[in-house]
Amino acid sequence: MFQVIRSPKVYDVCIIGSGAAGGTAAKVLTEGGLNVVMLEAGPPIDPDKDYKEHVWPYELAHRGVGVGAQLRGALNDEFMAPNGAWSIEGEPYVSAPGSTFRWFRSRVVGGRTNHWGRIALRFAPVDFRARSTDGMGDDWPLTYEEIAPYYDKVESYIGVFGTKENIPSAPDGMFLPPPKPRCTEVFVKNTCDKLNILCIPSRLAILTKPLNGRRACHYCAQCGRGCKTASNFSSSQVMLPVAQETGRFTLVTGAMAREIVVGKNGKAEAVSYIEKATRTERQVKAKAFILAASACESARVLLNSKSSQFPDGLANSSGVVGRYLTDSVGSYGGGYFPQFEKMPPHNHDGVGGMHMYIPWWKFNRKNDFLRGYHVEFGGGRNMPNVGDWDDLCEAQEGYGLPLKQKIRSTYGAFIGFNGRGEMIPNERSYCEIDPDTVDQWGIPVLRFHWQWGDNEIRMAKDMQETFRAMVEAAGGTYVTKAVPDGPYPYGIEAGGVIIHELGTARMGANPKTSALNKYCQAHDVKNVFVTDAAAFVTNPDKNPTLTIMALSWRASEYLIDEAKKNQL
Amino acid sequence: MQPISVSRRDVLKALTMGVTAGSVLRVIPAQGADMAHRMVQAEKAAAPDRAYKPKFFSQHQYKTLQALCEAIIPADGKVGGAVEAGAPEFIDLLTSENADYQLKLGGGMMWLDATCTSRYGNTYLECNVEQKKQTLDLIAYRKNGRADPSLNQGIGFFSFLRNLTADGYFTSEIGIKDLGYVGNSYLRDFPGCPPLPQT
Repeated sequence: MFQVIRSPKVYDVCIIGSGAAGGTAAKVLTEGGLNVVMLEAGPPIDPDKDYKEHVWPYELAHRGVGVGAQLRGALNDEFMAPNGAWSIEGEPYVSAPGSTFRWFRSRVVGGRTNHWGRIALRFAPVDFRARSTDGMGDDWPLTYEEIAPYYDKVESYIGVFGTKENIPSAPDGMFLPPPKPRCTEVFVKNTCDKLNILCIPSRLAILTKPLNGRRACHYCAQCGRGCKTASNFSSSQVMLPVAQETGRFTLVTGAMAREIVVGKNGKAEAVSYIEKATRTERQVKAKAFILAASACESARVLLNSKSSQFPDGLANSSGVVGRYLTDSVGSYGGGYFPQFEKMPPHNHDGVGGMHMYIPWWKFNRKNDFLRGYHVEFGGGRNMPNVGDWDDLCEAQEGYGLPLKQKIRSTYGAFIGFNGRGEMIPNERSYCEIDPDTVDQWGIPVLRFHWQWGDNEIRMAKDMQETFRAMVEAAGGTYVTKAVPDGPYPYGIEAGGVIIHELGTARMGANPKTSALNKYCQAHDVKNVFVTDAAAFVTNPDKNPTLTIMALSWRASEYLIDEAKKNQL
Repeated sequence: MQPISVSRRDVLKALTMGVTAGSVLRVIPAQGADMAHRMVQAEKAAAPDRAYKPKFFSQHQYKTLQALCEAIIPADGKVGGAVEAGAPEFIDLLTSENADYQLKLGGGMMWLDATCTSRYGNTYLECNVEQKKQTLDLIAYRKNGRADPSLNQGIGFFSFLRNLTADGYFTSEIGIKDLGYVGNSYLRDFPGCPPLPQT
């Protein structure tokens, strides 16, 4: 017999998702006095068991690549903290014919903050005024000045290192001191100076000083493995513990949200979810709901929340839910620099990410494309890892001492450059419910449509030209071959690959063309909020996580105020 | 009371399921990998004269694998080679768990012996030093396949094995030391860059 188990308790707020958005909301709401229940589709995370800091490759029989080398080259090899996957058994998604879209999902407490590169960049004032600036896309319903205090709050709480630079495209924040640059970074910085390209200390959510009871980084470069000292940011270690301490927080793991249920009064009253362990359907009641399941998963829940009042899904009278899907424009280039062959062995580890980066520097010029990109770069004497020598072996060929010596001498002499640029939303890139497919929980899955626009291709071309110019100006050899045609012109990555997908329930002043108001509150249903990157109007060249947290913080304070005024 | 025993097979089965099931079960592969690692150590310790018992390759093929690995990354005056670094064990372990590897490496080694037999009347291992060198010089370069397409299967095999041998050597304790990687440590401050060499 199919039976829905309904809990009689009514929470103040139910949050779906435990990552950057959900964790921030949980902290702010519980500290503001509200009783919060959080649903997370994955299991709990246990640093003692799940974090693999300081393990050497040879300490594992499979050297990190897992049984049958299935994790060779994967984002989640044996060393990594549980962080997500491109495919999850029993939970498929579909790409429409002619489209390639890849969706990286985390099913674990903390969500993709376990994977996040901790790159914490503020959007610039101009990023909120896209249409006013160049006529494309839309403006946000809020300004930089309105969100800036929340950037301050987030940075002060989570800890972000960086430097004050006064660069219009990359606003300064509340920064901890940056770590000293590595050799490769000094080298690239010198080259950038020659070419009049900006290169500044990066801005990462990693502690270079103790903060709020967390210890400073010990510079092992292994943030991706999880950090037992919580010196880097993850929602599970930084946001959720403080919510727990209030005594007003209930975390339900293994809970896969199906839909938000609406009452006769037109307000949301419960979330239906699958308790994975027992495969039973349950309902949890609350007075308000925050969707924070990641942009596409939140859109999926909304689109699956159909009722007689909301036949096209919840918060979707505008029809924009699932639309305006974007990802960052990504293109990669690598260089080999013979100078580094003479470098003596030294500790190159540093924090688990770049110490320097290249912010968008051509903001006041006429370019071949609109908007901008930044460049992340890395390389050098990293911990050796299975798969590191595939390209070199293929180029060098042969065998014996010459091969051994070649690998030895070129170790640490490669630097890779990653462009991360802004995509302008287009009508051919969106997600919707696939009419034919459900996942193993019986929940209809997403179907993705994807196409890059010409502006993005021109941007990728510019990235390739810049990388080559930088490598050659530094006396190196550019080793990447990115051709102008084919499915990935100029090395542009497939949609979703940069894992900055967003925009699928965008905010706006006009309820006819947006799903949410500027507080992430649904126009159609006052007690429903979407505080993850679904709410974004544009996808500037800044990694979205810091802005997700700022928006979620702001929405949560608004929710508390509205609840006090009884206006939800 | 019966002690609870877990067989290698159980572990490997659990591992495979965990891996295909995706990230949520990531904790299982890693725990299992620790366990498999301990099992490998235990087997090594238990085996007479600590000889490694190959999991996939026959004794003859395993000896061939060792010879090829050592030819790819040999010992030199300063430091050992791929065999001392445990590359053959690593490759055998992965191959025993991966049908694609079994085809590429198992089949590749059969190709190698068949080719050596037709050229020299001996398997690769039985060939003399000069014959071995001639054979490897043929399959170690892609350009030879353009001149003689019948070499392409051997070239593909050798290229694959070369990658895995580099993995096995340079992620071993001696290989990492050989590269001069310094790190995986706890530092109070990051020291930054020593002076860059003049360019």
